[in-house]
Amino acid sequence: MINKTGRRFGGSILALGLVLLAQAAAAQTAPVTLIAYTSLQKEVLAPYEAAFRKVHPEIQIAWVRDAGGVIHSRLLAERANPRVDIIFGLPVTNIVGLYKEGLIEPYAPKGFEKLKPRFRDAREIPVWTGLEMYLNIICFNTIEAQKRNLPKPTRWADLANPIYRGQISMPSPAMSNTGYGYVHGWVQGMGESAAWEFLDKLHQNVAVYTSSSATPCKYASTGEYAIGLSTDLTGPMMKTRGAPIDLIVPADKTSWDIEAMALPKGSKHPEAAKLMLNWAVTPEASQTFNKYYGIVGIPGLNNGPPNSIPDGDAYAADYSVEWSIDNRDRLIAEWFRRYNAKSEPKGN
Amino acid sequence: MAVAENYIALAPAARPLVRIENILRSAACVILLVVLAVLIVMPLYALLSQSLEDADKRFIGLANFVRYANNPGLVQSVYNSLFVAVVVTAITVPLAFGYAYALTRSCIPAKAIFKGIALLPILAPSLLAAISLTYMFGNQGFMRGLLGGYPIHGPIGIIMAQVFHCFPFGVLILSTALGISDGRLYEVAETFSTPKWRVFWTITLPAARYGLISASFVIFTTAIVDFGIAKVIGGSFNVLAIEVYKQIIGQQNFQMGAVIGVLLLLPALLTFFIERYANKRQMSQLTARAVLFQPKPHRAFDAAMFVFVAVIALCILGINAVAIFASFFKLWPYDLSFSLDSYDFSTFDPGGWSSYWNSVIMASAAAVVGTILTFGGAYLVEKSPIPAVLRGMLHILAMIPIAVPGIVLGLGYVFFFNDPANPLGFFYYTMTILVMCSIAHYYTIPHLTALTALKQVDKEFEAVSQSLGVPFWVTLRRVTIPISVPVILDIGTYIFVNSMTTVAAVIFIYSPQNKVASVAVIAMEDTGDIGAACAMAMMILYTSIAVKLAQTVLSKLLLQRFQLWRRPNVA
Repeated sequence: MINKTGRRFGGSILALGLVLLAQAAAAQTAPVTLIAYTSLQKEVLAPYEAAFRKVHPEIQIAWVRDAGGVIHSRLLAERANPRVDIIFGLPVTNIVGLYKEGLIEPYAPKGFEKLKPRFRDAREIPVWTGLEMYLNIICFNTIEAQKRNLPKPTRWADLANPIYRGQISMPSPAMSNTGYGYVHGWVQGMGESAAWEFLDKLHQNVAVYTSSSATPCKYASTGEYAIGLSTDLTGPMMKTRGAPIDLIVPADKTSWDIEAMALPKGSKHPEAAKLMLNWAVTPEASQTFNKYYGIVGIPGLNNGPPNSIPDGDAYAADYSVEWSIDNRDRLIAEWFRRYNAKSEPKGN
Repeated sequence: MAVAENYIALAPAARPLVRIENILRSAACVILLVVLAVLIVMPLYALLSQSLEDADKRFIGLANFVRYANNPGLVQSVYNSLFVAVVVTAITVPLAFGYAYALTRSCIPAKAIFKGIALLPILAPSLLAAISLTYMFGNQGFMRGLLGGYPIHGPIGIIMAQVFHCFPFGVLILSTALGISDGRLYEVAETFSTPKWRVFWTITLPAARYGLISASFVIFTTAIVDFGIAKVIGGSFNVLAIEVYKQIIGQQNFQMGAVIGVLLLLPALLTFFIERYANKRQMSQLTARAVLFQPKPHRAFDAAMFVFVAVIALCILGINAVAIFASFFKLWPYDLSFSLDSYDFSTFDPGGWSSYWNSVIMASAAAVVGTILTFGGAYLVEKSPIPAVLRGMLHILAMIPIAVPGIVLGLGYVFFFNDPANPLGFFYYTMTILVMCSIAHYYTIPHLTALTALKQVDKEFEAVSQSLGVPFWVTLRRVTIPISVPVILDIGTYIFVNSMTTVAAVIFIYSPQNKVASVAVIAMEDTGDIGAACAMAMMILYTSIAVKLAQTVLSKLLLQRFQLWRRPNVA
């Protein structure tokens, strides 16, 4: 009895061990597969990969895609033993944050000088290089607006109007990079004290702060809340799908961010990664990007997807990205102090 | 026990065997402890130790906790979490008790169907309930009037979705607790014409006390650590699990995230000691001489129970139905025409169907290995004469995971397994680590379920077998496991369906080759493809239902083979 049962137990444990080992072995990837971390929309990954592999068929890409904050945290958590070969599509704010932690290897892609100035890092050797740019915009539900008699906002300050009480949703600066983009954009644009005064009034109108920048526009699309502060990544997509929304860029310009690429320290295939970085600054690459994003690095390309905002660059506010990064902790702490404690959705 | 010891004294030949058995069981216990240490303790330590460090890894004592206590927003989230968890527990436990009571103690028809319906909420990602509730009670919802103008995004939504999500846990644990009881007690009570309420109060409730405490504990801690529901429907209502997310994902502040992780462990520790206390006073329900209780028809009572169960079942079905409809609408709420677009996954996610199959593989592996570990562990805790220290350690390790938010566990896995100095590092970036993480994440409830079931099997079975010189593995194979077949299948199914739906724990450790379906659901919800997210969630639900059905059928077949004794007047 002992023998029989013992053997059976031992056998299953051995089998388990073999399964585990086999899986571990299977996970060893082929030598020219780049592990790319990205926060780009999942729809673009396959076409980007196809376009790149037309030029470099010898290199494969394995994507790890998630929200910017998740990717950022994951890179920090993995720093002792980096798994990533290339960062391809992550907001500049995150990449600079990673650079300050010592996780980025500066690299100048061949020919990156041809890109628009905002797509180029000003450092001697660039830490990041831009792929595409997105704008913070307002998704405005026209059906609900008519039902509730809401005027169309044309400037940011309009959102402080008490008529919008409980009608606005926006991404939380504490959770979303875009949410923070709004706050530092207003602070840099209006001046610090005026901006907080505006935010105090806006807070009265905000029904809900969301964790993702896409959610407010989704809310606006279904009429959950008539006004959603979101980005022109989500807005055109929802509108194309038939949502009754107008995409508004206020006349006093708007915050923006660049989704960029970078070479992480500890990349297992730095040469292949550099080939991809070099490819991404070519006009051909920009043309591919332009099918999905309105604003891309090579000047003069304006073939964005349906409902994207033409000549979007013109609406981008002139502010300092470096300032926004240096003041991030301070501004978020202040925002936290003012608004986070009031947790009821309708505000106090 | 005293009797059994006498037998042993009379049978000296059995002694060496007993010693070997005890060594074997203690060794098994030590091995399991090591496994749990690797799966649970060390990853947690890797993250939670950061609560005592600053960003440069210097030890700073409790400074982070002081900083936390001085932040009014964060402290508010503690109150909010406690509030939600208390309300959810107070609503869910009585409902689940009533439901389980009807399933086990009345003669209502279609019990199997009602039991299946009660389990639906854990078969799909919790996200699904949150989406459905938005469709029902949101500002565009067709039932929003019922909320009297209060917004669904906030505490109301969280509580509703949590009750829905936690209900199956309650039913699962309580129907196990109520399912095995000694019919003789009730017969005696009837002979003495004891009033029904008194029977309930003096026989039923005390017998179910352990189950009630377990259920309350499980529901309370689940409600405290849940993240998915609060994220989708919580609005700006801050709860601890969301604060972890804000600190770690929003601001990359691992130290503060770890502080909150430590705080989230506190309720679990507290309930652990309460549970230990209750445990001491628990008696076995099923002695070797027991006659299994069989409910007798009683028209008025059965009718009332049926109405109660039917109302709850309708609510559960309704919430699921809304999600099914949602996946077929072209553009809710403005264009409600029928469309199958949402089911064309390839247009939403380049991973397409591969992530679905990855989920199935991961969940199956987790179910098999996890069932062996949890049932074996519960057996060692409950049925073996192992040293009390080992028993206590095993039990407390098993109780930890339910108190740990998935994000905390998942990040702990990154810090622990991705450390170049860790010889187990080769697991990282493989399917195996996803399986390990899923088992660890869902360890507690199977452990409790197995414990509850095993508690109700009289220790005399062990004592008698031992006195007869039968080694424990024979008793285990011939008595304990056959009696526990339904519970073992329950556990396997539980781990399977939960691993299918888990998100937070694996979001940091999946690699490009083994992305899972639940991560795809979150990604699609995140980018606004709500219909597709619902559709993929429905695929998870259908798979889980299929597994659940398979379990039911298998359970029936095996019961017929092994458990003739459970039915009176047979055999």
